[in-house]
Amino acid sequence: MTRDVTRRPLIGLMVPAAVAVLFIALPLIGLLVHVDWGNLPSQLVSGNVLTALRLSLECSIIAVAVSLVIGVPLAYLLARASIPGRRVIRGLVTLPLVLPPVVGGIALQTALGRTTPIGTVLDHFGIVLPFSTAGAAIAEAFVGFPFLVITVEAGLRQRDDHFEEVAATLGARPWRRFWRVTLPLAAPSIAAGAALCWARALGEFGATITFAGSFPGTTETLPVAAYTSFEGSGQIGMAITLSLLLLAISVLVLVVLRDRWLGALR
Amino acid sequence: MKIGAVTPLLAGTVGIALASCGSSPSGGPSGSPDPFNGSITVFAASSLTSAFNTAEKGLELDHPGFTAQYSYGSSQALVTELVSGAPADVMVTANTSTMQQLVAKGLVDTPQALCRNELEIIVAPGNPKNIKTLADLATPGLAVVLAAPGVPVGDYAAKALAAASIKLTPKSLQLDDALMVEQVESGNADAALVFVTDVVAAGSKVVGIPIPDAQNVIGTYEIAVLKTSTNMAAARAFVTSALSGAVQTQLLADGFLKAS
Repeated sequence: MTRDVTRRPLIGLMVPAAVAVLFIALPLIGLLVHVDWGNLPSQLVSGNVLTALRLSLECSIIAVAVSLVIGVPLAYLLARASIPGRRVIRGLVTLPLVLPPVVGGIALQTALGRTTPIGTVLDHFGIVLPFSTAGAAIAEAFVGFPFLVITVEAGLRQRDDHFEEVAATLGARPWRRFWRVTLPLAAPSIAAGAALCWARALGEFGATITFAGSFPGTTETLPVAAYTSFEGSGQIGMAITLSLLLLAISVLVLVVLRDRWLGALR
Repeated sequence: MKIGAVTPLLAGTVGIALASCGSSPSGGPSGSPDPFNGSITVFAASSLTSAFNTAEKGLELDHPGFTAQYSYGSSQALVTELVSGAPADVMVTANTSTMQQLVAKGLVDTPQALCRNELEIIVAPGNPKNIKTLADLATPGLAVVLAAPGVPVGDYAAKALAAASIKLTPKSLQLDDALMVEQVESGNADAALVFVTDVVAAGSKVVGIPIPDAQNVIGTYEIAVLKTSTNMAAARAFVTSALSGAVQTQLLADGFLKAS
């Protein structure tokens, strides 16, 4: 009986809670209401949208690949090794999570722009990052990378490390233990981290447009295209179509990760 | 109205005096209450930032009961905001086509030409890539940035390039003139096509390469009162003052051309 009593909702809390739900739901409903469903198929397969979609996938996959290659080792070291200044490093790595992306873009510009010391060296090898697809991917990696590191590190910490100890007592050398024991056990968190990193990279806008600019096929990713349609040419219909596409991808990510996020709360 | 030679400070007062007694949009004869009362919101193309900020400050000094809030941005972005219901009293666009969208929707009174602006090429100080003409922009390997289609300066640039049969692939299509200046200044872009007024505003950060009249595109800025204005008298007085005296002097100083 006590259970029923505590489960009964407080009316006083229901009103602000309903406002909260509406607060999130209304803009999304507004978006759906304003979608030009009749022209949607033709807009979705129009050259601009397909170009932006292909570029977005390309950049975000590169961003995830870069994040995996450098992020998993970092997460492992943060979780397992006793490295000096670990807390400072962790703080630094998580900074892009809270940093306004446009600041990230300006920072990238000042570090990797064409006339900066690094940029000059790269230019020597024919690599110019601003206004290039590689630059857009780097901007996306910058903001997406922390999601991977944090998720993988948390995954590695949650598990005790006795499997590695067993492997060690059986004579497995450190690299073999990493590849055959640690990585497979961390696979779920690596997958989740990669998905989060990918979703963030795909939606990245501020750092991309600031560092890489905006040009169809080179740097104009889906969010950038949505913004230019809305602000530049006033094609609100196209902006809404692009927004719907991004919304659909976000929902897809949520569905794929539902067990990880929503499952824990059940 | 021959006050072009008056110093800007004096011209401010003269212009406002003309504005407040020259026409009587609020309907009263001379001696009627000062139309510059209360506050108004002015949406203006970002290229007008300096001119409006400088010249219109005088308005608030001369009319203690009057305040103007400015929202500067790309003309198209401002139109989008107004169509979505953003409250404003006066709108100034950097071309006629964006203003026309508001006319077509019945949101503004008849627009009037405020001034004109033309294109100029900008390069880094010292012109390291030795760019002299519009055609030089098509040099392979050159990083050129333009404004996006729909943005007035971008449309003018596209028109000028098309008229000269110059085909070039820009590195980026920006929504903002100031950002193009920054990109040329930082060396990430070698050149950009902007308004001549952007070059004046940029000072020594970049160098302007003039484009001959035959190849240039001259665009007209338009000003209009919003029909939804909640302070119509002040909005109309503001437009009148912008079309005369101090503001016009400041516009010329900033590199704009007279409306006609």
